[in-house]
This record gives sequence, C-alpha cells and structure tokens, in this order.
Amino acid sequence: MNILVFAESAEGKIIKSGLEAISYGAKTAGSPVTVVTSGPLNGDGGAGAAGAAKVMVASGVNGSDSGQVSKLIVAAAKSTGADIIVLSHDNTGKLAGPRVAAALGAGLVAGAIALPDTSNGFVVKKNVFSGKAFAHVRINTATKVVAVLPNALGVSAGGGAAAVESFAGDFGTAGVRVKEVKKESTGGMVPLPEAEMVVSGGRGLKGPENWGMIEELAKELGATTACSRPVADIGWRPHHEHVGQTGIAIRPNLYIAVGISGAIQHLAGVNGSKVIVVVNNDKEAPFFKAADYGIIGDAFEVVPKLVEAMKAHNANK
Amino acid sequence: MLHSFLAKFAPLFKKAFDPKIRLMKILVCISKTPDTTSKIAFTDGNKKFDENGVQFIINPYDEWYALVRALELTENGQGQCTIITVGGADCEPVIRKALAIGADEAVRVDATAGDAGYVAAQIAEYARGKGFDIIMTGKETIDYNGGIVGGMVAEMLGLPYVSLVTKLDVSGGTATLVRDIQGGEEVLEVTGPFVLSAAKGMAEQRIPNMRGIMAARTKPLNVVAPAAVDNATEVVVYELPPAKQGCKYIDPANAAELIQLLHSEAKVI
Repeated sequence: MNILVFAESAEGKIIKSGLEAISYGAKTAGSPVTVVTSGPLNGDGGAGAAGAAKVMVASGVNGSDSGQVSKLIVAAAKSTGADIIVLSHDNTGKLAGPRVAAALGAGLVAGAIALPDTSNGFVVKKNVFSGKAFAHVRINTATKVVAVLPNALGVSAGGGAAAVESFAGDFGTAGVRVKEVKKESTGGMVPLPEAEMVVSGGRGLKGPENWGMIEELAKELGATTACSRPVADIGWRPHHEHVGQTGIAIRPNLYIAVGISGAIQHLAGVNGSKVIVVVNNDKEAPFFKAADYGIIGDAFEVVPKLVEAMKAHNANK
Repeated sequence: MLHSFLAKFAPLFKKAFDPKIRLMKILVCISKTPDTTSKIAFTDGNKKFDENGVQFIINPYDEWYALVRALELTENGQGQCTIITVGGADCEPVIRKALAIGADEAVRVDATAGDAGYVAAQIAEYARGKGFDIIMTGKETIDYNGGIVGGMVAEMLGLPYVSLVTKLDVSGGTATLVRDIQGGEEVLEVTGPFVLSAAKGMAEQRIPNMRGIMAARTKPLNVVAPAAVDNATEVVVYELPPAKQGCKYIDPANAAELIQLLHSEAKVI
C-alpha cells in the first residue's frame, strides 16, 4: 500500500488533528509516510516526529475552498501514486474529504476510530448512531480514503525530521471568497475538540454568575470549560461551549458534568469520553447510568471541595 | 384582505415580470433516520439495524436547519423548494412531513439507499441540469454520522461546496455564509450555484400546522428510477459498545476522594 496523508497547518506547524492523521497513516503503512499540506511550515512543522518521511508543501491554496483543497490532495495522490489517502475528519477534512473520494472514485470512511483491519479486505471501524454503536466498514474500491476521527487515536512521537519540499500544481480557481475569519477566544484554554479534560456545567448551576467555581475547577485540572445545550440557548454561556449532538462532539480523557441531567442528545456528544464524572443532586438523573464516577449532592457544596482537593493534589505533584 | 394579499404576493409578481430577478430554486436532501431516543440494536448476526419498534424521523440536521432555512428563502413567492430522498416507499411518511413543513414538491429516488457515494450519485443525477441555485444537506445524519453526501454531490456536479454552515443569506445571486472552522468561524461569499451542509444556527425548528399537513397530501411526489451505481463501501458488521462497569458513587461529604480515584484508579489526572 502507498499512503498519502493530508495534514493542515497553522502558524507554521501541523495542527493536532493533522498529526493524528500522519500517525494513523504511518502506523497503517508500518513506516513513515508522505504528507501534503497547504503550508507554509517552520522546518517540518512537527510532521516528522509524528511519522512523516516527507512533507510536500503547496502554496496559493485557499484552505476554505473545498475545490482547491481537494484538487491539491488529488494532485498529490496522483504524483505519489498513492492508493490510500488519510486525512482528519476535522472541519477541513469534512470540507474536502468527500470531494477527494468522489474525484478519485474511492470509497470513504468518515470518522475512523481504529487502524484498518486488512485480514479480509480493508475494513475500518467507525462510530455510528451518534456514538451508540460501531460499524466495521469495508472499502471495496482500489483507491481508498480514510478520515480519522479527531482525538480518537493520539499522536505518535519519536520519528526523525521529515524532508520538506515544495509542491506546485494547478489547483483551480476558488469558488468561495473569505470575507472575515473570527477565532474564538478560549481564554488560554485548549480548544474543546482537542481538550484532554473538560469540565461542563448545566442548568443545575442556576445562573451564569455561578460559573466561577466551574472555571476554577477547570483551571486547577488544566481542563477546558463546556456547557449543555439549554445553558447555551438561554445565553448563560457562549454557543461554542455547547457540547452534545447538535453542538461539538468531544472525546476527552476526563469529562466532568456538573448539574447536567444527561439527556440522550447530550450523551451523544460526550459518550466517547474515557472517564465520565457526574455531579448532580438528583439521584435519578439519567447521566449516572453513563458515568464512571458519581456524586449525588449539591454542586455548590461539592465543586468547591473538588477545587480544594485539586489544589492539594497539584501542590503535592 | 386585498391589501395583505397584495403584500404577500407582490414579490412574486415583481419577480415574475422582472427579467433581472429570477426565482430561487433550492434542493434539500433529506434522510430518514431513527428518532434520537431510539434503542440501538442489531439483528441478522449484527449485520442489520433492528428497526423493530423504532420511530423514524427526518434527520434533524436536514429538517431543522437545511429545510427550514430553504423555506425561509423560497416561500411567499421568492422561489421553489424541492426535497429529495433516496429510499423505498417506507420513506413516504418523512417525505410528507417535509411537505407539511412547507416544501413545494418532493422527489423519491426509488432505491434502497446504499452508501454515501451511492446516495450522492443519485442526487447528482437528478439535480444535473435542473438549475438549482442551492443544494442543501444536513451536516451529517444521526445514524451513519458521515457528512459525506453534500461534498460528493458538489464534486459530481462541479459546484463549490461549503460544509458546516451556521448562517446563510442570499442577495442578488451572491450568498453570504458563516462556516464553522477549527476554533472559530469564517464568513464566506459564493456567487452562482453551490452545495452546502447545514449545522445548528441556520434556522429554528418548525412544527407543521394543520393547513400544512392537509396541503402536503396533494403536493407532487415524483418517484424516479435510480441510476446504476456501485457501492464503494459496505458495513461488514455492527458492534455495540461494552456496557459501562456501573457508576462508582462517592459520598458528597468526602468529595475530595474523587480526585484520589481519578489519579490512582482511573489514572486520568
């Protein structure tokens, strides 16, 4: 198999989801792989350590234009003779991946959560039914596209530096014009989709003025804050903090839910978390059924105790 | 009465007689999915989704965001909204619901929906040459969670594609869109026909009223034969996640114990 990975970069570095795609490609190939990016990179942008042998850096590609990004990936696949294309199922992957697959007549698995099983064809595991089940999907076409679910498989470390070369080609004319880019300020926190730890609050907190203790617990943990849908809808917290089926789906190592009952739509966005802690004063809250650890109690008493315990934990590190 | 009638239809007359203004044609792709609260189970050696007792709905992203925004842009004589789905006759209840919410006409490609590439090829085949200004899908279906169909349709028709759109306005042949990007959002412009996938924010859910439900019975539902297309992928087997070990409860008076457990037992901090 000949693998090409598309990885996005920002500020000279390959972004985390791109590093995950490179690691996936290298593990699948069993050796370092060729990567294409729309660059520019400082050095190899971290690609080599994650498993890249070579990075092809293009220029003049509008990263918001699905047509140009997919033409870049298709041109790179043709020039390297790749039969397997790996990219992230992040926002850019969702934009360009389907176009790449259609252009190459390739089958696409969107949201892979395990390396391909090649014992009987090429079978990739993915989440279905919003995390309530998995499907093992066989790709039957000669050329294959795999979009790796962010935060599912981690980044390899320890590879050497990758060779960097420029990649020129005709990537067509952009069909969209970018008028404005607004980056949300996360106040120095890791962005939610990449966060390893998340502390989330729901209506049980009674009002936006009570979020101080959630933020404090998050700060002590090094976690990112989030919220449930009703809380975002009534404007207690910004919409970009909303996790759940219609908001952001997250897969942190630790998810602490405070005052969230655990509606099925909320669970669909967080059930990929490795460890779930639920704090709720209602012992019947359905979230406890999905939790690893539960505290039935008043958030206003429990959370300050957790903050104190975390402070002590951090002091003893 | 006459006044309100004129106010409602004036844009239609204006557009109909003004050669510079063309009515907007939007195609919304809808999918039939299990209700969000459905119990997920499989039959036939875990090869088939168990539909027993499952309530089917229009995929929420297709309905709440794509369809409702399409209606806002086309109703009151501003244009025409067509919905399309790929599936058997068992899709007709969700098609009628989309018509009851307000779509003008429906198309059902009469085939068992295959993988995303199969569905995209059927939609592209139908849409080709019909002059749709915008083709919309939801950002993904809540059953297969792929988010693939829109991008493939765009590629097959050679149109721009914008994914995860949270806001859409159209003025004089140019659309202004807000798209979710990693860590923020961006404002884009597209001139001419394009394809989008709709995410939360595009519109608010709309409940069909009795008049809509009655009208839906007589709106056109065209059943078309599928194009011959191969599936590129197939589900070999489904798997349910292992059951949770059960929740370990900690006394709220001794909440600090949780931090100990997260460190020494769960090893996440």
